[in-house]
Amino acid sequence: MDTRLRAILPDQQLLKFYEQMTLCREFEESCAEQYTKGHITGFLHLYSGQEAVAVGATAGLHPDDYILSAYREHPQAIVRGADPKVVMAELFGKATGLCKGKGGSMHLFEPELAFMGGYAIVGGQFPIAVGLAFASKYRREDRISVCFFGDGAVNQGNFHEGLNWARLWELPVLFICENNFYGIGTEVRRSSALADIHKRTCGYDIPSEKVDGMDVIAVYQAVKHAAEWVSGHGRPYLIEAVTYRFRGHSMSDPGRYRSPAEVELWKERDPIPNFARRLIDEGIATEDTLACMRAKAAVLVEEAVKFAEESPWPEDDEVCNDVYAPVGEEVCPWLK
Amino acid sequence: MAEMNCRDALNLALKEEMRRDPSVVIWGEDVALYEGSFKVTRGLLAEFGEERIKDTPISENSIIGAAIGAAMGGLRPVAELMTVNFALLAMDQIVNHMAKIRYMFGGKAGLPMVVRAPGGGGSQLAAQHSQSLETYFMHCPGLYVAVPATPADARGLLKSAIRDNNPVMFLEHELLYNSRGEVPDDPEFTVPLGVAEIKRRGDDVTIVAYSRMTLLSLQAAEELEKEGVSCEVVDLRTLAPLDRTTFLESVKRTSRAVVVSECCHTCGVGAELAACIFENCFDSLTAPVRRVSGLDVPMPYSRRLERLCIPRVEDIVAAVKNVMQQKY
Repeated sequence: MDTRLRAILPDQQLLKFYEQMTLCREFEESCAEQYTKGHITGFLHLYSGQEAVAVGATAGLHPDDYILSAYREHPQAIVRGADPKVVMAELFGKATGLCKGKGGSMHLFEPELAFMGGYAIVGGQFPIAVGLAFASKYRREDRISVCFFGDGAVNQGNFHEGLNWARLWELPVLFICENNFYGIGTEVRRSSALADIHKRTCGYDIPSEKVDGMDVIAVYQAVKHAAEWVSGHGRPYLIEAVTYRFRGHSMSDPGRYRSPAEVELWKERDPIPNFARRLIDEGIATEDTLACMRAKAAVLVEEAVKFAEESPWPEDDEVCNDVYAPVGEEVCPWLK
Repeated sequence: MAEMNCRDALNLALKEEMRRDPSVVIWGEDVALYEGSFKVTRGLLAEFGEERIKDTPISENSIIGAAIGAAMGGLRPVAELMTVNFALLAMDQIVNHMAKIRYMFGGKAGLPMVVRAPGGGGSQLAAQHSQSLETYFMHCPGLYVAVPATPADARGLLKSAIRDNNPVMFLEHELLYNSRGEVPDDPEFTVPLGVAEIKRRGDDVTIVAYSRMTLLSLQAAEELEKEGVSCEVVDLRTLAPLDRTTFLESVKRTSRAVVVSECCHTCGVGAELAACIFENCFDSLTAPVRRVSGLDVPMPYSRRLERLCIPRVEDIVAAVKNVMQQKY
């Protein structure tokens, strides 16, 4: 099999992967800075290190496919098409934010992009993804539901209920576990009797596979293939993407449960410079092109921060809006 | 008008709404082939087929969560919990998700869905199958809570709940399924959510109640009339939205109030109603508000003990007599 990048995707798409991963990294590192400055408050879970999963997976999907995720989801929303300015404004709690400043870091949502939410109760998104898949099937829509979750979620009842239900009702759900090895500070082998997460679907007769989550191309290929399989068979599938978060669980986590050596080892596998090396080695990009992309990403993120800073706070009378539906509201306008 | 029981009135509402709107689907434990543990979904599988009326695994949290997803994806699901007691297995999806999604996503997601749940005590089902949990849901912003007492209200409220764009906890009382009453023939008959009904006019005291306690309050009012006490009975019909205006205006007129709820006494619905009356009608009151509510114990099995835990007609009568005697 030809494993050269050009044999897999056109240059433009490959460069876009680099561009997106770089934007995600810049965005997350900027969030850390804004948190330190007190502009972002509350919980903040950063994605740095896991970019290959969000970027590769999203590219392997159809834009109409529903995506649901957990609370480490800024890059997933941005790669799906959410404006970094609007996402940053949400993190700042501003009126211009993606959810008017009511959701914050953990609850990004944009149905116009079929990005159906970040959920902050571990595993809460499983049954919702299943229900969305049912709605698509019932409405004869050609789309699948993609449910991202972490290794910590697989011991929730919802994971098992969701796998059983999706298989039982033959629903098009692609489960993608981002196994970064730690549920906060508990290593997967200390929480799961069977730490090979992809093997846990055998009790539900659901096919699954493990993929290198630090390799954007591997993730893209696995997800594209799996999404096509799910769509074609109308049945669930699970991918375990093995990855690593370079930062702590959240900003308040100093990460003492991991050895510096372990973190360094994984940083050598950083998906961004490794992919850059491949692009250069195969003559797809020069160091200059990539530096230019990094600079562009930095500008986008600077603009996002500026936009968030300059945006107004929500008005006080906004606090009671959106608890209930206004009379005459159209439901699911994005489906029209 | 046709006379029917609550079970048939609910069944009719489900059938009418499913005929009216193909996006209405129903699922729950044993709702399809078995036709529901209380037979509220009788005949639905035969008429609507297995794509629209679906048996689920015994996975309550997913019954609600999947309905949330379906509602987000363009359907109007009606999820049945076999009993409200099992809602406790689904509280994460009900409270953390169903009630929060619209708000935390900045109003961009509507959840047009209904969760039907039979509950209440009086059938000797012991501690784990006899609860009245309406307080839990009423305490949670983002949910509507319907608590019908009569067949007409059961049908009219369920139809409104299915058509509404908010998630509605629809709490049915198990002892009311066979309770009969007049139901309008009009297939478009609905009862709006958030509008209480004065089920009996009176001048001396206002009894505020809902669900089965409305019927007991009406019986109490009947008895009290013989003793010369004129009771007004306000049936709340929904606890959220709570129609405060109707019962507050009634209390201002009668100057006395007894609030009746089957749920446990402490922090129960009655506590909220009493506080609301004190806050808004204090100057009109000629006696302190009295609460009649469930005993603060897990429900016992023995019928000798169970009857002590659920408000009875005589408890309401005694409370009314008490407020009639008291004076500030």
